[in-house]
Amino acid sequence: MIETIVFYLFAFSTVVTATAVVTVRNPVHAALFLVLTFFTSAVIWMTLEAEFLAISLVLVYVGAVMVLFLFVVMMLDINIARLREGFVKYLPLGIAIAFIMLLLMLNVVTSDIFSSEAMLEPAAKAADYSNTKALGSVLYTEYVLAFEIAAVILLVAIVAAISLTMRKRSHTKYQNPSEQIRVRKADRIRIVKMPADGE
Amino acid sequence: MIEKIQYYLKSFLFLELLKGLGVTGRYFFRKKITIQYPEEKTPISPRFRGLHALRRYANGEERCIACKLCEAVCPALAITIESEQRSDGTRRTTRYDIDLFKCIYCGFCEEACPVDSIVETNIFEYHFENRGENIMTKEKLLEMGDKYEAQLAADRSADAAYR
Amino acid sequence: MIEFIAIFVSYLPEWMQYFWPDWFQYIVANVLLALILLLPLFIVVAYYTLAERKVIGFMQIRIGPNRVGPKGLFQPFADMFKLMFKEIIIPTNSNRYLFIIAPIITFAPSMAAWAVMPFTDTMVFADINAGLLYILAMTSIGVYGVIIAGWASNSKYALLGAMRSAAQIVAYEIAMGFALVGVLMAGGSLNLGDIVESQSGGPWHWFVVPLFPLFMVYLISGVAETNRAPFDVAEGESEIVAGFHVEYSGMTFAVFFLAEYANMILIAMLSSLMFFGGWLSPFPSLIGDSIGWLFFKTAAFMWLFLWFRATFPRYRYDQIMRLGWKVLIPVTIVWLTVEGVMVYFKVGPWFS
Repeated sequence: MIETIVFYLFAFSTVVTATAVVTVRNPVHAALFLVLTFFTSAVIWMTLEAEFLAISLVLVYVGAVMVLFLFVVMMLDINIARLREGFVKYLPLGIAIAFIMLLLMLNVVTSDIFSSEAMLEPAAKAADYSNTKALGSVLYTEYVLAFEIAAVILLVAIVAAISLTMRKRSHTKYQNPSEQIRVRKADRIRIVKMPADGE
Repeated sequence: MIEKIQYYLKSFLFLELLKGLGVTGRYFFRKKITIQYPEEKTPISPRFRGLHALRRYANGEERCIACKLCEAVCPALAITIESEQRSDGTRRTTRYDIDLFKCIYCGFCEEACPVDSIVETNIFEYHFENRGENIMTKEKLLEMGDKYEAQLAADRSADAAYR
Repeated sequence: MIEFIAIFVSYLPEWMQYFWPDWFQYIVANVLLALILLLPLFIVVAYYTLAERKVIGFMQIRIGPNRVGPKGLFQPFADMFKLMFKEIIIPTNSNRYLFIIAPIITFAPSMAAWAVMPFTDTMVFADINAGLLYILAMTSIGVYGVIIAGWASNSKYALLGAMRSAAQIVAYEIAMGFALVGVLMAGGSLNLGDIVESQSGGPWHWFVVPLFPLFMVYLISGVAETNRAPFDVAEGESEIVAGFHVEYSGMTFAVFFLAEYANMILIAMLSSLMFFGGWLSPFPSLIGDSIGWLFFKTAAFMWLFLWFRATFPRYRYDQIMRLGWKVLIPVTIVWLTVEGVMVYFKVGPWFS
């Protein structure tokens, strides 16, 4: 009973907020709605007893990725009028893509693989069942290769992003804190002893 | 090399931070120096510059001769003096106003006064309730002088040796 | 609690029981549980603010607040009533809804994180398996309140404060997460109760011994995460007035304040749970384990927060970033490797 209420409540708000992400005009509001979408879908995963995934979703996407996203969006002065210029021009293409997506989704959802007979509600797990442990043991045995490859790809992406943006520009002035804090008194000042005036 | 190792040891062992924590930790147990103001008060120097007063001679004659040196020296233009000749031929003030809103309590008026007439008392706890009370008129100043003459004379004689 | 509610309902007359269906009893029970947890927390927060002013005062050879009530003991209530009756000013051209929501977004996760906090081996309100992860997730949501407050205030100071806070929290969350990974490796569980239990057997078995560098990293990033001195550039009085909460007054400000202090207590309690054996007694042969030890250890860490604030000058912003990214994260990675080796060779009493 209570699970059903929770599910419908959060499923509904997921749909509403996901729609709001693409419809609101203000980019900051859109980003915040996206945060809310992540959060509500995390709750839905929680009702499926996928607590590790749900919390990871909040931790990684809400806690880190979207913070940086908001950070950038707030800094930018996005001109919405210019963004909307090509709206009519690209509308037919957009509608076509949306239609194809809709067909594909319908095809998948109505197929037998996802029918309510094929996808039974998972049986309730025992109280000491650890979602984290189950996930970890699968991730590091059966799917270890895929997991490691994904990790390497991410690492490559990080290195690539850094190497693309790290360039020494001659005209920028910046300080090197590690050099600064290594400075000692002897490097900067010289104590001079001299007789006082009038002696 | 040695220097670098020393540097890393020093920063990773938080030596300087611990030293700082030690200082505040010691001070935590020190005797506190707070003065609980309304109940306790710090001693006041005889040179303290508080509310103003006009003094009189022992025979009851007011000292001020309306020379206007204080008015001239006042950096905040807080003093306004008007004077006239009295029937006995001496010059005395008819008006001696100090605007306490303008006054910066520098004590120049007291220094400038050739007859030690305008002085500053050690009163620093006072307030105004109505508009206009910030003007110390001649009457109020003389009243202050009469009221605190003993204290004023004592302060002046205590400080006389250093003048 | 649910049993108590059921008994209470069974004593009610027939027609009233109709209004207490099972799911409603469930909700009432959980709300009551939350109140039992949070009301003492509020009182601790209130007196923590007083303790802060007193301790910092003492360290500066002052005596701190001493006027309201005996020895100033009612000062928190005076502050509370003042804040409650102050007007909430909403700046013109600010984003009204976000402006009001922001303190709530900071406050709610800082309270929600307490749900999985174990106080003794039996006394835990929600004993979930991924407890540690849950706390990390909740504390990371708190930054949204700061960012939204900064943006919705329509003030440059507030926006700058929010930007600083966001970058700082993202940077230090990584170091903090890595430090916690070390604890997970040692404890072999994400459940806080299990982590504490795996440290039993005297102070030598506590994780602070093998994981001392990680503990230091955790403590430093905990201070940074809660925006406390010396990492409080998000408020930075000297440059940006009060940072993200410049425009807030009255109760909205009080809520930010409450959240910050609740987070400090949370970090203090987490460090005593994960590195200092929580409720385990340091002298197992003399005195037994009890909730008192947990409170004692937590109070010690709370004291440290105040001590730091009284001692250290504020970091410069680029130095904070350098410390987070270039010092703390490498240190944690190095020590995680060392710990991996220790786990492999089953070193000491910790990894057997």
